[in-house]
Amino acid sequence: MMKSRWLLALVASVALINTAPAAEPSIVLASTTSVESSGLLARIVPQFTAKTGIAVDVVAQGTGKALDTARRGDADLVLVHDPEAEQKFMDGGDGATRRQIAWNDFIIVGPLADPAHIRGGNDSVTALKAIASARAAFVSRGDNSGTNAAELRLWKIVGQTPDILASAAWYRDIGGGMGQALNAASAMDAYTLSDRGSWLSFQNKGSLVIAVEGDPRLVNRYDVIELSPQKHADAKRALAKIFADWLASSEGQQAIGAYRVNGQKLFNPSAEAPK
Amino acid sequence: MQGLRSTLGLTSGWPACSTTLLRALGPTELHDFLQIVGLSISVSLAATALAAAIGLPFGAALAIFPFRGRRLIVVLINALLGLPPVVVGLILYLALSRSGPLGFLALLFTPAAMVIAQTILAIPIITALVHRSSERAWARYADELICDGSSRTQAIPQILLMLRAELLTAVLAGFGRTVSEVGAVILVGGNIRGLTRTMTTAIALQTSQGDLSLALALGAVLVGISISVSATVFALAGGARTAGSDEV
Repeated sequence: MMKSRWLLALVASVALINTAPAAEPSIVLASTTSVESSGLLARIVPQFTAKTGIAVDVVAQGTGKALDTARRGDADLVLVHDPEAEQKFMDGGDGATRRQIAWNDFIIVGPLADPAHIRGGNDSVTALKAIASARAAFVSRGDNSGTNAAELRLWKIVGQTPDILASAAWYRDIGGGMGQALNAASAMDAYTLSDRGSWLSFQNKGSLVIAVEGDPRLVNRYDVIELSPQKHADAKRALAKIFADWLASSEGQQAIGAYRVNGQKLFNPSAEAPK
Repeated sequence: MQGLRSTLGLTSGWPACSTTLLRALGPTELHDFLQIVGLSISVSLAATALAAAIGLPFGAALAIFPFRGRRLIVVLINALLGLPPVVVGLILYLALSRSGPLGFLALLFTPAAMVIAQTILAIPIITALVHRSSERAWARYADELICDGSSRTQAIPQILLMLRAELLTAVLAGFGRTVSEVGAVILVGGNIRGLTRTMTTAIALQTSQGDLSLALALGAVLVGISISVSATVFALAGGARTAGSDEV
């Protein structure tokens, strides 16, 4: 009795699994937490899939990890936002073409009480200097993501290297995604650097407000990278190219520009990019 | 502010949870949600079934067959109870990666990869619990079973049959480990919407978007599923136990 019941359960559950994957063409897109958690891809990918019948499986990681995933051969296309890391990826021969498809900006957010007195400014370097000298709590992603890289570049201008920062008690490296960093900053009344898309769609702001915005140094560009046929022969490059081309097409660009949260535009099409 | 209010609203308990969930669900979201719940259950059931198919006979055999190094294996299996899911996920990720030894199977970022990860996590729990019960039963009934003319191999199913109530607990513990696990499935599954997103990875995602009330509501559903599965199994077991009681 028992035995046949277990056998039945085994067969039933294996059958359930087998019904899951459909035979439609699909690609794996290694992308960043910011385009996923902002809801952009969830909005525009279905439009693309409806038109072409190609499913896009989005694996959302930090830029560093997304590029690594592609290097290992586990993705067909990359959509990330760290110019320096992307350049290394291209120099290493993993990428074939790299195109900017959208941009927005980073902002510094912080507690309403504003212990470093930086609110209302538009100079990110001055603001970070003030945070450091006030020893005000600052949350860092610490996850090798595009936002983390942008943050460390700004700290470098201020004269703070990762080593100095690591020993500062007010500098809190949480090793997590954008949402985790915002949750942590909100809980600790700390400052943090966020991309605007994640910030606008984040729902647990608590007492956090925008402290600094509008610095040209804070431009955040998103690039789509097609993989090299020599290094990644297994990647579904033809299908990936269709999606990359669509993102850059007027239709894709319109879809990106049309995505709004609470009436606010999160991403700008690249045609409007600052030179 | 509104997010904060609705989060606080949840302290009033389950009814608030389900309202939050229902409010958040349009037709597309409902479809996504059901898919997530379905995937969670089917992946965990498949993994538990596989782990049981391996762990039940293995656990009993460990109790019945004396051999050199048995003690060491038992210690090892009990140590694996503390196996961190994220380590299993990482090793499996490297193995299943295109550039890894099993890359040709193209299993990374698929539900099958998640089943493998969860099976690995559930096997030690089921094996260890079954071994513990079988050891006791074997000490008591070994002579009778051997007198009956059974070989040790034939004794395995008999012991398992005798212990069916304990086995349920072992298998449920395995299911509990698999359905609640997030570290391994997020690594090898990739939390892909509509393909490999489970209850636990969805909760992690909602939390990262600051939507704590939806995350909490999903958590409540997960607890509800665990309770239902456990209740169903025990209801089935109730019948089996009465029927089997005179055999023992």
